[in-house]
Amino acid sequence: MSFVKIALLGMLIVCALGVSLTRNLLTSLIIYMAYSLIMAVIWMLLESPDLAITEAAVGAGITSVLFFVTLKKIHAIKGDRDHEQAQK
Amino acid sequence: MSKRRSDWAQRPQARFLRWMREGYGALDDEIISAVAQPAAQRPDAEALEEHDRLIGTHRHEREMALDRLANYDLQRWANTRGRKALTRLYVLLALLLGASLIYFLLDTVAYMPRFGQVAVPTNNEVIARYIEKGLEETGAINIVAGMILDYRAFDTLGESTVLFVAACAVLILLRIDLDDQGQPMQQLIAEGSDDRHYEPKNDRILQGSAMVLTPIILLFGIYVLFNGHLGPGGGFSGGAILSSGLILYLNAFGFQKAGRFFTYKIFMWVSFFSLGFYGVAKAYSFYMGANGLNSGIPLGTPGAILSSGLIMPLNIAVGLVVACTMYIFYALFRKGGL
Repeated sequence: MSFVKIALLGMLIVCALGVSLTRNLLTSLIIYMAYSLIMAVIWMLLESPDLAITEAAVGAGITSVLFFVTLKKIHAIKGDRDHEQAQK
Repeated sequence: MSKRRSDWAQRPQARFLRWMREGYGALDDEIISAVAQPAAQRPDAEALEEHDRLIGTHRHEREMALDRLANYDLQRWANTRGRKALTRLYVLLALLLGASLIYFLLDTVAYMPRFGQVAVPTNNEVIARYIEKGLEETGAINIVAGMILDYRAFDTLGESTVLFVAACAVLILLRIDLDDQGQPMQQLIAEGSDDRHYEPKNDRILQGSAMVLTPIILLFGIYVLFNGHLGPGGGFSGGAILSSGLILYLNAFGFQKAGRFFTYKIFMWVSFFSLGFYGVAKAYSFYMGANGLNSGIPLGTPGAILSSGLIMPLNIAVGLVVACTMYIFYALFRKGGL
């Protein structure tokens, strides 16, 4: 169990660094989602399932969806603009 | 009179006063003497104006040239050595800020007591009371739900209100009103700043998976909502799951179909009634049930679905507010309305 915990915490650090070091916003957003999921598993291991459910639903789900929509709104997703012009 | 004054101006006290006053120099002396002594001949007003105009244009040109010079120098500096210096400065400042932040956070952590020990300040009589008497007093098997929605229900009301206010603020900022005849709004609509023109949707894979997944997600959200006092879950998580199911449906089938059951009116009424019910119910139990008084709300058998007094209805109210808020956030970001 302790090995799993250490591995999860290491992945957490890797994800946190990855979010801030990635240049592509979409990629960093997906890494952020992974961060939230790992965090949910860690909450589960720390015996707080309430927080785990909330983290999975709000952190990995809703927040990321809102971030995606914001990126689309500011045309930060690559290829989005070309796609839009092709539609017109 | 004038002689005495000019005499006085040369004396040490006057010189000291002059020195004290900043900007009192040779020019002021000149002005004073010019005012004090009448000119030999009356100056011509037109000639003076002409003189002034000439001086003015000259000065203007000179200032323009100076500006251009300074601008040129600044531009060159900013594009060569300045850019490097500024970049280095920014990196330095960022490193400094990060290092100081890390230092202060670690310093704070170093002062905290070790996790999970008996002597930590969080292990006090409050937590003992929650654990020992929580089931008896709130009727909720899930102690967390008992804390959030019974002992600390006022905080939860504030959180739900914050969410509702945030939704209202986003509504004010992002709403696109199709009936608005104002020029900026019409321009926004013409630019296609909303996603209305992607409709209707014909994505087979998305629609197929949404057909299967949406009912399951909604059912799970309702389960989490209704089971908040018996197991992990509760208002916030259940509401978030509900809204994610709604958003999936919206993405798969478009705004027209989603608009049939979720309109702006419904959002307002559901939020209003949920928050109002929460406020009224909690006010009742605060006034009637505090300090060991009997509020008259049956707690029921612990473990049954209809138990633990007000916790389940409050969970449902919070969940509805959260679901509506998240859904309307998404809809406003996508197309500026429901």
